[in-house]
Amino acid sequence: MRGTVKPLWLTEMVAVWGYVQRNYFLTKRYFMWEVVWLVYVTINAMAITYIGAGAAEFGNIAINTERYMTYLLVGALLWNYLSMLFDVLSETVSWERWEGTIEYTFMSPSSRITHLLGMGFYAVVYGVLQTALTLGVCYLFFDLDLSRANYWGALLVLVVCSVSLVGFGIVAAVLPLLSPEKGQQVSYIVSSVLLLVSGVYYDVSVLPNWMQAIATVSPVTYALEGGRVALLEGAGAAELWESIRVLLVMGVVFVPLGIWVFHLGEVYAKKTGKLKRSG
Amino acid sequence: MKALELRDVEKSFKKRRGEVVRALDLVSLSVGKGEVVGILGPNGSGKSTLVRVISTLVLPDRGEVEVFGIDAVRHPKQVQRSMNRVSVEASFFKKLSAMENLLYGAKLYGVTTREARPRIAEILENVGFAQKRALEPMEHLSRGMQQKIALARALLTSPVLMLLDEPTTGLDPRSKKDVQAFIHRIREAHDSSILLCTHDMGEAEELCDRVGIMVDGKILALEKPEELKACYATNGRIPTLEETFMAATGYSVEEASAEKE
Ligand SMILES: Nc1ncnc2c1ncn2[C@@H]1O[C@H](COP(=O)(O)OP(=O)(O)OP(=O)(O)O)[C@@H](O)[C@H]1O
Ligand SMILES: [Mg+2]
Repeated sequence: MRGTVKPLWLTEMVAVWGYVQRNYFLTKRYFMWEVVWLVYVTINAMAITYIGAGAAEFGNIAINTERYMTYLLVGALLWNYLSMLFDVLSETVSWERWEGTIEYTFMSPSSRITHLLGMGFYAVVYGVLQTALTLGVCYLFFDLDLSRANYWGALLVLVVCSVSLVGFGIVAAVLPLLSPEKGQQVSYIVSSVLLLVSGVYYDVSVLPNWMQAIATVSPVTYALEGGRVALLEGAGAAELWESIRVLLVMGVVFVPLGIWVFHLGEVYAKKTGKLKRSG
Repeated sequence: MKALELRDVEKSFKKRRGEVVRALDLVSLSVGKGEVVGILGPNGSGKSTLVRVISTLVLPDRGEVEVFGIDAVRHPKQVQRSMNRVSVEASFFKKLSAMENLLYGAKLYGVTTREARPRIAEILENVGFAQKRALEPMEHLSRGMQQKIALARALLTSPVLMLLDEPTTGLDPRSKKDVQAFIHRIREAHDSSILLCTHDMGEAEELCDRVGIMVDGKILALEKPEELKACYATNGRIPTLEETFMAATGYSVEEASAEKE
């Protein structure tokens, strides 16, 4: 009863599809939670956008309310998308440990790259759909300053940034392999630090210098910078190049770095018996 | 060439307070093609560690592990392809259905949905698992049914080496019989070689060609059940496997299968 022998690339493709499909099954099973989450995310983005509407009351400097609201909304949406990518990747290990499937996943012949990229691919598709829906609702609600928006430019920034965020997430995913509980705790802290320093709701320049220093290594900073100039100023490819270049470099560095670090973490976990301990 | 060959395998774990546990202590053992080898051992004797070392989930400190002549430490990918495992706990996505879990498990080994479906149908039929229950979430199924799905998951990938780590522990007598009957059939119908860790003497005696006794990370004896019993014969009386186990390990069967920690 041997299966027909497939070439390696094909079995890996089947496995990528396996991870994507499994996540789809899970999304389907938790459908009501997905709806609740979508509502939460949308309302959260709206609440933040209203901060812009209320800002004019504080002081007598004239504020371009429409522009400020758009600025905030772009921040809320991008942060929601990027933090989701980071969380999905960084929870890869802890989540399967919790389900109890981790040993079966790790003893299968599909490669770790396949595994992590399968997770990343699903997260991107899922995140783009969620963000599009949220944006659609907000579009109906607010008078946004998107008259000059360069949507294709923004999309390009988003795509390039997704790659580096997936890499960043993979690096974080190794932490729970080293220490099951503490690892996940650390990656939540990393995620919140990214929120603080990357200029999600304000310009990075308002932060103290040491925070600005951290911001320079956060891909989220460049994604927001690029996303904002594209949507608010309608910046073209040439102006976006600076952000995109940094994001490309980060993607090229973080993805292989993440996969390599993950491999080291996996070997360590297999040596010390940290993958799972029961039975 | 043997299906499985371990030579002087050692594995120690560090515990919290700096103590070191020797989970595997110079373990050597082999499983021939188409052979079923059983390992009997009390709690904490190292059975699961043995299975994990073979399935590449734990790296040994020393010694060699070969699966069909391929070094499992140096070439894990090749070895992983040829084996699968059933463990005590079912290990599934609890909210997903049995079918979804099986399709996922199969894909990790490169088996597509189209290839998997007819085989799932055939395997479920064989274990006496009602097809339509395969669409219910795993968490709705009894332990016995989950364990049948675990066997199906392992079989789907056509493993030439099957690692069964207490597949019937905690099942009611009826489910236990079903699962054992199924293992029996796998043995007859497929050319798989099987390593079976268990607390259950009857199971070992009935299913295994050879049985080993494991205590404190060491394999004491690995013989045909009759020969193993004969080793512990007193005054010409051949003991039961249970008595043999007690004589060899100093544990009673109840102690050996008592719930852990
Ligand atoms: N990952 C691990 N980390 C630390 N210690 C471990 C680990 N795995 C096993 N051990 C220790 O090694 C010894 C053997 O454990 P193992 O789980 O292999 O035994 P077992 O024979 O399967 O027992 P059981 O019948 O309870 O399943 C035990 O003392 C256990 O505490
Ligand atoms: Mg065990």
